[in-house]
Amino acid sequence: MAIKVKVVERPVDDVSYIRATLKGMALTVKHLFDVQGRVTTQYPEEKSPISPRWRGTHRMLTTETGKARCVACGLCPTVCPANCIKLVPGEDEEGNRYPLVFEIDEFRCIFCGYCQEVCPEEAIHVGRHYENSEYSREGFVYDLQRLMDQTHPVCEMWDPEDPKGE
Amino acid sequence: MSVLHGIPALLQAADPNMPIVSGGWFFFFTIVKMLVIFTIYMIGVAMLTLAERKISAWIQDRHGPNRVGKGWLQPAADGLKNFMKEETMPEGVNKPLFVLAPILSFIPALTAWCVIPFGAPWPTRWGRIDLVVADLPVGFLFILAITSLGVYGVVLAGWSSNNKYALLGGLRSSAQMVSYEISLGMSTIPVLLLAGNVSLNSIINQQAWGGWNVVNLTVAFFIFMVAAFAETNRLPFDLPEAESELIAGYHTEYSAMKFSLFFIAEYAGMVTQSALMATLFFGGWDVPFTARDNIGPFSKWLSLLSIGIFLAKILFFLFLFMWIRWTLPRFRYDQLMSLGWKFMLPLALTYIVIIAAVLLGLSASGIPQGALWTAILGSINIAMIIILFAILDRGRIISPAYGRMHPKEVQRLRQLDRQLENKRRPIATEAGR
Repeated sequence: MAIKVKVVERPVDDVSYIRATLKGMALTVKHLFDVQGRVTTQYPEEKSPISPRWRGTHRMLTTETGKARCVACGLCPTVCPANCIKLVPGEDEEGNRYPLVFEIDEFRCIFCGYCQEVCPEEAIHVGRHYENSEYSREGFVYDLQRLMDQTHPVCEMWDPEDPKGE
Repeated sequence: MSVLHGIPALLQAADPNMPIVSGGWFFFFTIVKMLVIFTIYMIGVAMLTLAERKISAWIQDRHGPNRVGKGWLQPAADGLKNFMKEETMPEGVNKPLFVLAPILSFIPALTAWCVIPFGAPWPTRWGRIDLVVADLPVGFLFILAITSLGVYGVVLAGWSSNNKYALLGGLRSSAQMVSYEISLGMSTIPVLLLAGNVSLNSIINQQAWGGWNVVNLTVAFFIFMVAAFAETNRLPFDLPEAESELIAGYHTEYSAMKFSLFFIAEYAGMVTQSALMATLFFGGWDVPFTARDNIGPFSKWLSLLSIGIFLAKILFFLFLFMWIRWTLPRFRYDQLMSLGWKFMLPLALTYIVIIAAVLLGLSASGIPQGALWTAILGSINIAMIIILFAILDRGRIISPAYGRMHPKEVQRLRQLDRQLENKRRPIATEAGR
């Protein structure tokens, strides 16, 4: 079906420059004095709210004894599409597995959240945090201790039972 | 205590016929005036850049600069940044002209200020100091001569940069500024007719007695204002810059303090044009509804008051400049030219004839400058304004998307379009299936 374009004929006899200008100036001066209407967020002081499902900086949760919950099962480096998790598993005398090395390269990470989804121990999480800055490239490789030291809230994964997150 | 003793001395009115300071003191006070004006002017221009950013921000529902010293030190930060930036000198530039151009655009805007009176005479024990750097008897002609030099800076910058955008900006500005200069000059002729003199002080004095020229010569004021916008390359006439089409026009290739000089020149030009509008049409430093400020006895408080009044008038026009800038979009080049040559110039010329005829009639019927005189001139202006705004401003002065077209031609084109539409429709329907 052909698209119908509505052609509005220009009302040459009614158009005005000066009256339109005055109208425009009235509008701009209204905004000039509209203190309440200023929309800029003053970023470092005030921050816009972020979604509870925001996937940001990772966080490793700990047990009551202060150890990482991770059991070095190797699921997260397997599922990671960006291949940014480095895991070297170790085992103590009682036969409990723990990560000898657990590193996440925040530069390579695409923040898909698969690691959190796949983790059987609910150890690794993506968090509701986005202010990452470092002085060096190496600083973005977070080791286990650093991941455990993070305190920000973690992402709430999407729940099929409650798709809107209510 | 010494302050309290000083106040009666300040309030003491001076003799109105006090002679002007002479000899070495004249030289000394002139230098003092130059230094004071230059300093205040430069600081004022710096603050104007802040004001522009703040006003633009507020109009666009933003906050504007508020970080460096709550925003107040932003001009200082900008200045420091500009001094520390690299001075680029692109390949193929004409070096002497490239360096000369910012200076050439900056100096005329500043020089024009030396003949603008900014306050009632200041009495001192050595005599009266006129609050104007140089009270030239040809004051107004001097301003016309000097401000028209401003175009050289822009054109030379555009030409010497060896850049096509800069050159286009320079070309546009030369055409624009030369065209509007004529309307600007013509719109001030009625003012000179009323004052009977070209010295700015006599223009101010005439307005103190005969009412402000904005009432006497409203149409001339509007022409002057529009031409002043074009002269200072401000929106809606910022075609030489046109950041969306010409990158930045004539100062594309400039960096650091050279660029900053162009920026300062733009604002200095705005201040000068605002001061001119205030002087020529709003009574300059004349304190409204009083006569004492013009004949004396003069006192220092009166001088300060008149300076304050003058500043208030200038600030109002500067605000108007910014207000308009953030309201109106840019003209197209042909609209600009047709407004300048086909509308403003004929209007200015017609207005000179009308005002000259009215003045002749008024002096023939023996009406002196005063309330009646102002009322007659004012009513003529109101009639002209109504005619202009209500009848001519219907797509005839500046048509929105095309040049002025004869109604018959419009009719013919519409008919043609309808015929074509009848042919097109079956094809379109066919294609849509």
